[in-house]
Amino acid sequence: MMSPADRERSTRRHVAVAAAAVPLLVLAGCSSSAADGGATEITFLTSNDAPNPETAEALAEAFEAENPDVRVDVEIRPGGAEGDNLVKTRLSTGEMADVFYYNSGSLLQALNPDSSLVDLSDQEWVGSLTEEFVPVVSTEDGTYGAPLGAAFAGGVVYNRSVYEELGLTVPQTWDEFMANNEKIATEGEGIAPVIQTYGETWTSQLFVLGDFANVLAVDPEWAEQYTAHQRSYAEEPALLGFQHQQEVAEAGYFNEDFPSATFPDGARMIAEGEGAHYPMLSSVVQTIMQNTPDGVDDLGFFALPAAEAEHTQATIWQPNAVYVPASTEGAELEAAKAFVAFVNSAAGCDIQNELLVPAGPYAGTCDLPDDAPPLLDDIQAYVDDGRTANALEFLSPVKGPNLEKVTVEVGSGIRSAEDAAAFYDQDVESQAKQLGLEGW
Amino acid sequence: MLAPVTTEVRPGRRRRTAGSTSATQRSIYPSWFYLPAAALYLVFFAVPTFASFYFSLTRWTLFDTEFIGLENYVQFFSEPQLLQGFVNTLVYGFVTSGAKVVLGLALAVLLTSQLVGRGYLRSVVFFPVLVSTIGVGITFKALLDPFDGVVNTMLAAFGIDGPGWFTDPDQALLTIAAVDVWKGLGIATLIYIAGIVAIPQEYYEAARVDGASRWQQFRSITLPLVQPATATVIILSLIGGLRSFDLIWATTGGGPGFTSDVIGSVIYKQYQAGFYGLSTAGNVILFLVVTAVMVPISILLNRKEVDR
Amino acid sequence: MRRAGSWIAGLVAVLASVVVFLVPFVFIFLTAAKDPADASRLEFSWPRSWAFGENLTEVLTTRDGIVVRAFVNSAVLTVVSVVIMVILAAMVGYLLQRRRSRLNPIVNFFVLAGLIVPPAVVPTIWVLQRLGLFKTMPGLILIEATFGLSFCILLFRAFVATIPRELDEAAIIDGAGPLRLFFAVILPLLRPVIITVVVVQAVTVFNDFTNPLYFLPGDENATVQLTLYNFQSQMVSQFNLLFMDILLITIPPLVMYIFFNRQIVAGMTSGAVKG
Repeated sequence: MMSPADRERSTRRHVAVAAAAVPLLVLAGCSSSAADGGATEITFLTSNDAPNPETAEALAEAFEAENPDVRVDVEIRPGGAEGDNLVKTRLSTGEMADVFYYNSGSLLQALNPDSSLVDLSDQEWVGSLTEEFVPVVSTEDGTYGAPLGAAFAGGVVYNRSVYEELGLTVPQTWDEFMANNEKIATEGEGIAPVIQTYGETWTSQLFVLGDFANVLAVDPEWAEQYTAHQRSYAEEPALLGFQHQQEVAEAGYFNEDFPSATFPDGARMIAEGEGAHYPMLSSVVQTIMQNTPDGVDDLGFFALPAAEAEHTQATIWQPNAVYVPASTEGAELEAAKAFVAFVNSAAGCDIQNELLVPAGPYAGTCDLPDDAPPLLDDIQAYVDDGRTANALEFLSPVKGPNLEKVTVEVGSGIRSAEDAAAFYDQDVESQAKQLGLEGW
Repeated sequence: MLAPVTTEVRPGRRRRTAGSTSATQRSIYPSWFYLPAAALYLVFFAVPTFASFYFSLTRWTLFDTEFIGLENYVQFFSEPQLLQGFVNTLVYGFVTSGAKVVLGLALAVLLTSQLVGRGYLRSVVFFPVLVSTIGVGITFKALLDPFDGVVNTMLAAFGIDGPGWFTDPDQALLTIAAVDVWKGLGIATLIYIAGIVAIPQEYYEAARVDGASRWQQFRSITLPLVQPATATVIILSLIGGLRSFDLIWATTGGGPGFTSDVIGSVIYKQYQAGFYGLSTAGNVILFLVVTAVMVPISILLNRKEVDR
Repeated sequence: MRRAGSWIAGLVAVLASVVVFLVPFVFIFLTAAKDPADASRLEFSWPRSWAFGENLTEVLTTRDGIVVRAFVNSAVLTVVSVVIMVILAAMVGYLLQRRRSRLNPIVNFFVLAGLIVPPAVVPTIWVLQRLGLFKTMPGLILIEATFGLSFCILLFRAFVATIPRELDEAAIIDGAGPLRLFFAVILPLLRPVIITVVVVQAVTVFNDFTNPLYFLPGDENATVQLTLYNFQSQMVSQFNLLFMDILLITIPPLVMYIFFNRQIVAGMTSGAVKG
């Protein structure tokens, strides 16, 4: 359950109480004045994560320029769980915007796409989607979403300068990774070997979620078996993620202020070399581009190392997508479909490249720009080698709501890895029961 | 059921009016005065609440519901963090309520005495009530940051190693409770001030004539006569404290881990996760818990008042 | 001797209040006046450069002045819902105290239940939709009024007890009907408690965000608390704007309180004297 739209998740705890359908000003009164007589108006709902509103506005503007008889009004919603709720509530009450931006994978499946969304499988752009992406926006009965933004990877974002200075090489196994940490701790002069930022709890999950491709490398059946309640985190290989986090915590490799540091703090620390490793999503480059752009070229990426080098793979998050709800009809539906297609047109891709800084390969028609951050080459290498797997949320609907709490506990030494994994299995059980899955 | 807030009813008056027949009562005080409020209450509160009792017996995904009997309740009680949530809820409710009673009364006594800067103090104590919970949460997270926060920086200047406040598992809940008291103290003080000024000055004058000390005056006049205000403060703050989760959510989100989770935040997390049936069941349980705590307490408070 | 003691106690109290109650406000104010980089450190310090005006302008103009529109929305919401709340709750509290009937325990029970039971969001949305009030300002106004009823009824019932029944009887003898009795005689006498209720409830409604979020989603309808989201984008630190927004939305309740402050206390005292 981690993706850009999700990033708000715990960040905004304070406001999460509230969560807001914050409107992007669309002065509704002025828009339908006499001049544009029969214009079709559609609304586009996106999340409030920093590049999204700007991207949405730019897409709307460019689309309007190409289609003078259509007006696109951008609306903004909170991200994270609050946003999930809002989307579900609006869909179930038939009040959804004409086009909306949302997660792919199991979060999409939770929206009952067959009954709540418009099937887009007859659209031209569908043919260009990657085979990894199609299943995460499809059910047996249809394909519902067009990608907006690029895929990204979960693993270790590291600082190349620190690596060069200390003569380190990219680790292939967990032991090599720990050896690197040891060297950074002793010779790094105050550089934190591993950055953790529990001021925003979602960031604590990477040791577990980013390790998932490694779990699949050991046990290719794991995801299906997990959904069927035949696998658990309390057993290896999945338990290793928790254990690795505990190991790093116990060795004291974290930055001193890890309990209260925030995601932007972590982004700054890795970019400026205050820390050497940040287990994170590669999309952290977007934040770094915004806040400390000079540091982007210093960053590299490697997959969280497995116990054995042969099992080390990168975990990939498929991009979010734009969807059309079933409540959109008539002229608005035509305009909505045209807008969805526009997102993946040449003009749409230019806007994506400019504003949504790609942090991994695209899933549709778009091509990466020439000046993409070097970290993307590292990710591309895993893709080219075929050493990647989709994150668990794209393969199984099962995910407990409290993972981020449990991983904070492991990282803070409140709970042991084994306890935490068992606790999380129990948490997952309540979710699976709520979904009414078989075998739980 | 609840005690009067501002002043007590003088027994003499009640006796006098007991003579009016219920017929004249009915014409002077017509029942339809209840109607507008009752209509709102029924439509916007009672109906949804009863609907939620039904929904608590279903697996409910917003798109469809499936009747599953008491399964949600079974599941709610098997939530691993629930026990701690229960304990935390009671601790939080009683600590904040107790602190508001003690500090509110103390401040009210102080602010009704002849004191320099009384007007200023009365205003300033009430200021935090005016800030939204979000605003308070954001501000105190910054002030109490264990590394760069103002409070710990100042403590460090005195050579004290400040605690982790919101990030220390042992302290997070109490820190939030303290902020809650900071924010809610103004209301408690206001109610107490109203109660104290309602006490006839003659009592104090008589006591002074008898040579009673300040403390004796407080013990034997203020404390007993301000009891209705105490009842109101306890009831309002305890209900608020037991149901509360918004400040917790705005500061720690129930963390670190689950150490500051209360029933309210567990329910909210389930709601966020889309477990609507489960979280509605939790709501019903929270309602029962609050009732179980409040009914004996309000009976006790009312009886005390009658005794007097 | 006594005078000196009162001076010292007062001085100590004033000093303590400055530390405990004013420092957080000063912190909000100072952060609101900083430039972005300075503000992001969240230190309690004098701004390196004084950017109060710029921040104010930026907050007010963000997203075509959403903050300004939110202020209008919140003002309408607060005023109308508090008026409804006060009149309806005063009627109930008055009747509840004056008339002894078998209804009383039931009404008391519902009042307490209204305080205790947490409102159920989705069923409430469902009801609002049936009534065609979902996503409308009137819908949210009625919701806020309903949720505030219990608290107001409690206060009114207690206060009505301090108004002598002789007044009712005198008015009836003068030929007043129940309506005139209530609106022309009782309601004006309730002024002190009305002020208390208005202040407390206006602050509650103005500062509410959960209800506007769920019952009034949509674009033109943001209320002030929801605007905090605009400045919470985590990608770029905008703490200066965030705190400026907090500062701005704290001003209306603050002004209202300062305006009514004397009357709250004075009004309560007069009520007590009558009692």
